[in-house]
Amino acid sequence: MSAPVTAPVEGAVERDVLVRAKQVRKHYGALEVLRGVDLTVRRGEVVVLLGASGAGKSTLLRCINHLEAADGGEIWVDGVPIGFRLADGKLHELPERGVARQRADIGMVFQRFNLFPHRTVLDNVVEGPVQVLGVPRKEAEARARELLARVGLAEKVDVYPDRLSGGQQQRVAIARALAMRPKLLLFDEPTSALDPELVGEVLAVMTELAREGMTMIVVTHEIAFAREVADHVVFMDGGVVVEEGPPEAVIGAPQHERTRSFLARVSS
Amino acid sequence: MADPGATAVGLRPADAELLPQVRIKRWGRWVAAVLVAAVLVLLLVAVSRGDIDYGSVPDLLTQQVILEGLVNTIVLAVVAQGGAIVLGTVVALMRTSTNPVLRAVSWLYVWVFRGLPVLLQILLWYNIALVFPTISIPVPFTGSYLVDQPANALMTGFLAALLGLGLNESAYMAEIVRAGLTSVDRGQTEAAKSIGMGPRKVLTRVVLPQAMRVIIPPTGNDFINMLKGTSIASVIGFTELIHAANNLSSRSLAVMETLLAVAVWYMVVVSVANVGQYFLERHYGAAHRDPSAGIWSRIGGSLKVPPFVRGQR
Repeated sequence: MSAPVTAPVEGAVERDVLVRAKQVRKHYGALEVLRGVDLTVRRGEVVVLLGASGAGKSTLLRCINHLEAADGGEIWVDGVPIGFRLADGKLHELPERGVARQRADIGMVFQRFNLFPHRTVLDNVVEGPVQVLGVPRKEAEARARELLARVGLAEKVDVYPDRLSGGQQQRVAIARALAMRPKLLLFDEPTSALDPELVGEVLAVMTELAREGMTMIVVTHEIAFAREVADHVVFMDGGVVVEEGPPEAVIGAPQHERTRSFLARVSS
Repeated sequence: MADPGATAVGLRPADAELLPQVRIKRWGRWVAAVLVAAVLVLLLVAVSRGDIDYGSVPDLLTQQVILEGLVNTIVLAVVAQGGAIVLGTVVALMRTSTNPVLRAVSWLYVWVFRGLPVLLQILLWYNIALVFPTISIPVPFTGSYLVDQPANALMTGFLAALLGLGLNESAYMAEIVRAGLTSVDRGQTEAAKSIGMGPRKVLTRVVLPQAMRVIIPPTGNDFINMLKGTSIASVIGFTELIHAANNLSSRSLAVMETLLAVAVWYMVVVSVANVGQYFLERHYGAAHRDPSAGIWSRIGGSLKVPPFVRGQR
């Protein structure tokens, strides 16, 4: 990884770069969660964020789709400054409605699934395309059925989420995110709330997505998944990136003591 | 380890070896039933010996004045509650907004309209002519008026009661709706945002429908209170049920008979409201519905249980 890029306005300088985070800072009161984080994600790449809880991985992820507003720094996704509008060389803060439009291109899968409990599985997946993108309901339903079949839930279409296991709920959540045809998928500890025997089915779907070329940023503690699927692994600690690179390097031969002790704790 | 059956771990006695079990004799139920029956009999005897003409009650039910009072009671309660739900929702949204000015204003609103007694509020509105003899609301830049009338003509008993009851209730509704909004998990808002929903869609498609499960039971409670609370409007001469009953009995002198007739109407109206609430709750609890129950058993069920118990399910 090279030194942080310091050009004031990025635009679409590098075509293969989808996400570029520059000097991102975030604090809650006196607690500094992110202390100037840089991150680059190329198109089609799977980036896994590793680190102990409290390292700032989830916060960084939530800043990328502006669920949290960063206190400093910039986040560009596909040449668009998240949370801002670029005009006359300045970044103008966007109102919530403008941010919503930016988020439509960025899917997110949550630790606790967050399916809409008052809607059926099919309606959960159809909701975004119909309400946000204005896709005709019939068309959206056809595609939703396709997606649900892909995640192996074709027969659960008319069921309410509370009838599903955690693994099934998470797969619906992935289908819901995919229905928006996102450029980027964010996974915030997608298997941490699952019973151990259900982790595999969710990771299988994610691996499949990665093979198909989906750009993904994944916060997880599944080291095996990181080793096998990630193109790039970022190890964070104390709100900074400690070490990053291909999985063989970061997981296989970590350079920093903090990375080593973390890996030792996780894999034991 | 005196139990002869449990001689070894993992070994269970065959059925034939099971000992007979003696159930608790629930004497208390029989005693209570006898006592209650005795009290009921005594009450019935007392009531039947009273100086009252029960036979006239059914006729009184359908007296012109009483029916007029019934309609007025229902109209006043429905309009006041409906307005309160709309206003209360607006105030609750202000209260939960990020705008500090709106938050402060909504707090003040609830403080004032919840703090004053309803009767006082109704009297203040009814007597507003003493302060503002004419009420004029100009339409800006046109020179014409939306309202331009003497306050005495404008402030009828109905309007004063509507404002007093409705504004008071809107403060309570604001708190009910706020409780509903905050009861919805933050993850729901985040999920809605993550699929690109703007603030309005997040509210109307995701948060409010889920908040309804929390909002409806206390709102049903309040509406039933409102139906009965309209009786306060009798003090300013609005012909709702109580005032109608007083009108009638001051001529016929059948005071208790008329009041009983009115009592019957209140119970009927409140029971209908109960059933309505039950079906509203069913609608918003669709994800948790038991589809096996038939419509009549559901109506019956709706009358059996008090509203808040049902809301907790």
